[in-house]
Order: sequence, then structure tokens, then C-alpha cells
Amino acid sequence: MKRVVERLLTPALLIAVACAAVAGAPQRAAVRAEDLLVSRAEIGRPGGQLVINQRAEPKTLNPVTAVDSVSGEVIKNTIADLIHVNRETQRAEPALAKAWTMSSDGRRYTVTLRQGLRFSDGDPFDADDVVFSFRVHLDEKAHSGQRDLLTIGGQPIAVRKIDQHTVQFDLAEPRAGAERLFDGVAILPRHLLERFHTEGRLADAWGLSTPAAQMAGLGPFRFKEYVPGERLVLERNPYYWKADRSGTRLPYLDRLVFMPVTSDDAQTMRFQSGEADIASKMTAASFDVLAKARQAAPYKLVDLGAGLDYSFLFFNLNDLGSSKLPDTARKQGWFRQVAFRQAISLAIDREAIVRLVYRGHATPLWGHVPPGNKVWINRSIPQPARSLDRARQLLRAARFSSKPDGTLVDQRGDLVEFSIVTNAGNSERVQMATIIQDDLRQLGINVHVVTLELRALVDRLLKTHDYEACVLGLGNADGNPNTEMNVWLSSGATHLWSPEQSRPATPWEAEIDTLMRRQLTTLDPTARKRLYDKVQELVAQNLPFIFLVSPNVLVGADKGLGNFRPAVLDPHTLWNVEELFWRQKRSSGTP
Amino acid sequence: MSAASRQVRAWASLLVILNASVVFAGFIAPYAPNEQNRNLPFAGPTRLHFIETTGQFHLRPFVYLVVSTPGSVDKYEEDRSRRYPVRFLIRGARYTIAGFAADRHLFGVEEPAKVFLFGTDQFGRDVFSRLLVGAQISLVAGVLAAGLALSLGVALGALAGFYGGWTDDAVMRIAELFLALPWLYLLLAVRSVLPLHIDPARAFLLLVTVIGFVGWARPARLIRGMVLSAKRRDHVLAARAFGATDMYVLRRHVLPQTAGVVLTQLAVLVPRYILAEVTLSFFGLGVAEPVPSWGNMLAAVQRYDVLTSYWWMFLPGIALSPVFLLYYALANALHEHTALLSS
Repeated sequence: MKRVVERLLTPALLIAVACAAVAGAPQRAAVRAEDLLVSRAEIGRPGGQLVINQRAEPKTLNPVTAVDSVSGEVIKNTIADLIHVNRETQRAEPALAKAWTMSSDGRRYTVTLRQGLRFSDGDPFDADDVVFSFRVHLDEKAHSGQRDLLTIGGQPIAVRKIDQHTVQFDLAEPRAGAERLFDGVAILPRHLLERFHTEGRLADAWGLSTPAAQMAGLGPFRFKEYVPGERLVLERNPYYWKADRSGTRLPYLDRLVFMPVTSDDAQTMRFQSGEADIASKMTAASFDVLAKARQAAPYKLVDLGAGLDYSFLFFNLNDLGSSKLPDTARKQGWFRQVAFRQAISLAIDREAIVRLVYRGHATPLWGHVPPGNKVWINRSIPQPARSLDRARQLLRAARFSSKPDGTLVDQRGDLVEFSIVTNAGNSERVQMATIIQDDLRQLGINVHVVTLELRALVDRLLKTHDYEACVLGLGNADGNPNTEMNVWLSSGATHLWSPEQSRPATPWEAEIDTLMRRQLTTLDPTARKRLYDKVQELVAQNLPFIFLVSPNVLVGADKGLGNFRPAVLDPHTLWNVEELFWRQKRSSGTP
Repeated sequence: MSAASRQVRAWASLLVILNASVVFAGFIAPYAPNEQNRNLPFAGPTRLHFIETTGQFHLRPFVYLVVSTPGSVDKYEEDRSRRYPVRFLIRGARYTIAGFAADRHLFGVEEPAKVFLFGTDQFGRDVFSRLLVGAQISLVAGVLAAGLALSLGVALGALAGFYGGWTDDAVMRIAELFLALPWLYLLLAVRSVLPLHIDPARAFLLLVTVIGFVGWARPARLIRGMVLSAKRRDHVLAARAFGATDMYVLRRHVLPQTAGVVLTQLAVLVPRYILAEVTLSFFGLGVAEPVPSWGNMLAAVQRYDVLTSYWWMFLPGIALSPVFLLYYALANALHEHTALLSS
């Protein structure tokens, strides 16, 4: 009897695999036919390894608890999500989900999973793994970085298994572009992690000392070995669910080798000498050094143009109370005036920053959406040219005056003087601060540049609020306003100039709060764009951040690397790691 | 006058000239050290010409206007349509020498042309001017810190050597402790508890104090040894027998014996402390931008692109060696001189 069912079922599966609702279908039959995703990229040849430099060593391989970007760079290659944002087209595409539908009210998503897939340890994947993964990501005790994004209208997304290959997601309120929420939400192997989760020890799972056999994922690579201080090796996942047009299973590469190389310069040298195959997020200085030797060199360099990162100067607008930091509190009398901030903005020579700091590989900026974000940028944001005269007028109108020696004083006769802090490790920020220092000297403002170690800096910004002004940068991971909620909401933890306010300190911050919340639930793309345009206007008018520049995305790779198609979205070079291949066979001894 | 003492005089006067010229840095430097020329980053040293494109020879050197090559950040061309002769005692940026403000510079060229003898840095600042003004900090810090370390060293060393007993033990144990401490890490820790911003004058004083205070132990040990042997000499004992006070004996009979060693030490310590300033500024513990010092100028050479592309950024490092050679030559001559005297 059983055999008959199998025989009947197999052709049916082959014809219409998406039709997963064959009630009570025996699992064994489904495993036979794999719903592989066929890549349209150039057909490559298997073999070889890719050596990648990292700024530091990864801290964990746990996709749920990893918070640092270095661990993230490694983990991204070992996981897969249901719906993935294509880094090249910036559109949401099916990944582990074969297809999905949205209900007309925008609150219910029904996702059909690919069938017959296996985790990298060979165990089958189905709806139970999906339900388990979302349970973990939504569990407050698991401290998943994804939890906030998956909480909509104050309520976590409700996940329900319909059958072995169909999962239904219910949102408390409609959410624009909700399919993008699934990007980066790692689907976890229930058979390996459920035990840790029920025991509440998920944070202990999958550290760097965990044996490779106890880890599995759905990404193109799986963990092989970790040698502290030296390298972390991922090997090819033989069960990966993508194939090329000729039917070869991806990925092509056998191994990814991650090596910690702490300084930018050392990374540049290693890339130049061929000890690393790929370079992401290069500094403009390194890019130009490498470009000088480009003709003879075995690598190619790509300037992808404006990215999604933006740098800015901001003042301490925290409510400091009356107790501590009386000096900073006094200076806040200037910082809180919009005219003062506008005058500073007018005095800054952004073109000089582009030329001197980024050697032309950057774009000047007057709003928080950089030109790299073509979908969301509000092109009507004014871009006032640098004008010291206009800046002086604004300051005079705000009752600042100049002493005979040119120094600026406020109405009480106090010298206008403040310090700009920035992180010592980022030479570009230090250089920007040095340029601003000289720009503001021409207004008679005495600026001191103070560099701090990043952790000490963040502590001052978010905890002690003991600083006056700061040069910093932020990036937007996928260009979507939703990922910037915590920056622009006055209650947000990254609302840097005055984080975690219990209620908005100013009317314009209140208005931004309202607009940001409204765009979150507006489904019509044009209406949503209008709301976000207004946010950009308000920010540009009130200048809580004085925007400086948006650096270009600069990357490079060995010339022999096929399918190297870097993208503006992060991860710039490894987003299609499964498609990368070596055009020629390379001697690749284990490093 | 002996050959040795003639040498001492020669080296010492050269050093005096060097240190004095640093006082006039503002006058010799053609530009203000923090003046940025934002269209001229990393411009190489300006070429001084004597022969025009027409072949005409000029005794007075001249320069051409340097313009950046379009589409490039650090490539430049000379605009040969007009020549700008080098002029002397030209008016320029204001500066002060010992409190007197002035605006005459030893040399320069008419604007918009520029004369950058040693090229420019990343912000288009004149490396030559920065080198001279930076010397004010680096060289003077060395001399002051060496003076401080030696005074402390002589005072404590003499105390320990002269009185002996527990005084000697205490001072010498503390000296050993000072020699054993890992100073660089300690200083980094100290810097982190100081306020965020320290103005350049105070940072300079702090730097001198720190270097001087850290360095007293070695000279103190040396002086102690000298005092120990000097106080047993017959004429010292005789003076004591006549009822001379401790202070008198120390001043009249003991310390003069150490004078040679102290001077030699001074000549050895100054370059060492110049280097200490360079190291501390290199690590961001010294004077802060935009005030130049040789240390923070050299810090820029850490960058790979600077290291490989702009050789003139090394000049502060190269400038250190003649200064050091002078000091070591003086130390050598002093040593021979005192050896001659005592023999």
C-alpha cells in the first residue's frame, strides 16, 4: 500500500511541487525531490578557497545572539532566511520560501517553503524549524537582535504552522514592505538548538569552541575549524539549496578562510600582496594606493559610488539637569539654538572633506538619506553652499558678537568654545574634525578635537552624556526607513543627540515621531515616501545632525574571481558568496 | 685652550644657535603652521627655479604657481605663465616672538604662489613652517625636561650619597621602582583620567613635567656614587674638621666635583627626552593638533598611503638626526674635557 502511494505521489510532486498541501503526505517521498533554487549567474567551476580579512576576531557563531559586525560577517555565510533582499536589485526575493502571499489587509503572510531541503548536517528542514526559529527570535530571554524588528504594533508576529511546508504569519497591524522583515532572520535547526532553548542556555550554544558537528545551518557554508588568533574556516555546505543552470550544486568554493588583521593598512598590504582575495570597505587612502599600482596588479578595484553610510557632527542636547556638568549645560544654551547649528552647518567646507579626507570618493551631504539610497532620498532638500558671511549673519541675529580680535562671544560675553570628540581608531573622522576645527576658527569659534577609544566614546554619548559635540557616522543596512526607527524616534536608543527621551523634547521631534510611526503602517508606497520626505525636511531644517559626507563604497577582488558583482548594500562583496568561483585553478594549500 | 675644550665650545655654540633659531621660528617660517591650503594637499616641495622657460637666467630664485591636475587629488603642475621671485622680509601671517607680535617673514613669494620648501601635508599645511614651529615644542621640551630630571636627580642623589643610611636606602629603592615601572602604559592610564581637553600650553608643561619627573632616577644613581666617593676625600674631611656645615661642604666641595658628569648627562639626556616627546605625541599624549610637534607630525607617517607616496612627510624624522648628532658630539667632547681635568 505504502509503495503505491509513493509511486503516485512522486510524479505529482515533480509536476507541481509548490502544491504542498497534500495532506498527510509521507515525508520520505518529499525528500527525494529537492526544490532547488536555480541561480542565473555565470556558470563557474568548483574548487578553491577565498581568504578574507577581518578587523577583529569573531566572538560567536550563534546567529541569534551575535551583535558585533565581525561575527555577523562570518555568520551570514552559514545561515539562510525565508525571504531575502537581493543586494543587487534591492528587491525582496524568495529564498527558503518558494513563494508567499499577502492578504488584502496587509496583515497576513502565507509562506510556502521549499521542499526536500536539508541542513548542513544532512537533517531535513521543514515548517517546524521555521516555527521554532521565530519562537527563538521572538523570545525575550533569547536576546535576539531581530526581536524589535519582528515586533509590530507592540506585538510579536504570530507564527503558525499550516502543514509541513506552509507557515502563516499574522501581524498586529499592516506593515509596509513587511516581506523585507524576513531578510536576515536565520532559520535555525530545531534538532540541534531546541534543547538549549528550552533549558534557557541559548546564549551558550555555538560558541567558537563548539565542535563543528554540533552546528548546522542552511547557508552556503558551514563551520569547519577555528584557530584562535589565526583563522576561522568555513567549508562548503554539500546540502545547499541553490544550483546553477547546468545543475551543479552551489557554492563553487570549497572553503572561506577568515583572518583577523586589525589595521586598515595591514589589510591593504595583505590584499596588495595577494594574501587576501577580497577587500571590502576600503578607506579612500588605501583605495588610491592600490589604484596607483592597478595596471600591473592581479586585482581589480571598484568604486561603487555613494553608499548608505553618512557621517555628521552633532551637539549634546541631552537634558543634563542641574547637578553635574555645569559647563556643558551652559554651552547647551548655544547648542539648542537652531540658528547656531545652521551657522555651523553653513561654515563647514564639505567639498574640502570630500577632497582632502576621501580623496574624491565621497559625496557632500545635507540630509540623512545619502544619494546611494535612490528610492528614499528627498531630492528637494536644500543644499546651501558654504557661506561664512551667511553664518556670521545668523550668529549676529542670535545675539552672538565678535570681539576685536575676531573671537566669538555670546550675549553674556562668554567665549564660544567647545570640544569635538570622535573615535581615535577612525582616521577619517579625526580628519573631518580637524577640518571643521579650522572652518569654525574662521567664525571665531575655538574648537578642540579630542580623540577617544570607541568604547569610551559610546559610553560618554549614551550613558554619562559627558561631551559637547561629536563627529560620528551611521549606516543604514538596507536603505529602508524602518531600520532607522531607533535613530529618529525620540525614545530610540540611537537617537544620539538625546537618546531615550520619555517624551519628545521639542515640537519637531514630536512631529518626526508621529511621521515615522505613520510611515511604518502605511502600505501605499507613494504615501509612505511622502511621509519620509517630510521627516527628511524636518531633520534638515532643525539639524540635530549636521550632515557632512557619505563615503563611497570601495571594494576590490582578485581578477580571477568570477561572478564578483559587488553591491552598495552590505555585505558588499560576499552577498553572492555561493556564486563566486575561481576562473583558474589555484594552488590553495591550507593556510 | 685645549683641543677638548675648543670642541666643547664649538658644539655648544652650534647648539645654542640651533635652539635660538627655534625661538625665531615664526620669522623664518614663511607661513603660519596651521594655515590650510585646501587645494594643495600633499603637494611636493616647491621647485626653486633660476632659468625661465625662455632660457633667461635670474640670479634671484623664483617659483611658479602650482595648480592641481584636474581629476587628481595629489598631482600638481606648474603654471609657467608667470614667475614669482622669492622675496625677503615679506609681509605675511602674524606671529609672536617672546611676546612681540610681527608679520615680517624671512622669505616668501607673492600670493597666490606659494613656496613650500618641504612640501605640504594632507591639509595643505606647509611642512617647513610646521617643522620649525614644531621644533619649538620638541627641542625646548627636551631641554626643559632634561633640566628638570637632572635637578631632581642631583638633589636626591646628593642627599642619598651624602647622608647615607636610611635616607640612602629610601631614595635608592624609590629610584629602582621608577626604573622598573612600565611608563608608557602608566602614562596612557594617566591621560585617560585627565579632562578631555587640555590647552596646548598646559599640555606642553604637563609633557615636560612628566618626562622630567619620570627621568630623575638614572642621574640620581650616578650622582650618588660621585658624592659617596667625594665626601671621603681628604680635603672634605679637613673641611668638616674645621666645623663646616653640611650645606657648605656639599656646595663648596662635593657638588662641584660632579659638575662635569652633570653637564655630560645633560647632553646625553636632551636628545633622549626630545625623542620621548616625539614618542608621547606620536601616541597622542603630547600636544594636540593643529599645534605641530615633531611627534604628532611623524604620527601621520603611520598611514600606509603617506608612507608609500609622500617622502617629504618623513622630514621631521630626518631632522631629528643632526640635532642628536650635535648633542652626542657635545656629550663626547664634555666627557673628554672632564676626563682631562680630573687626570
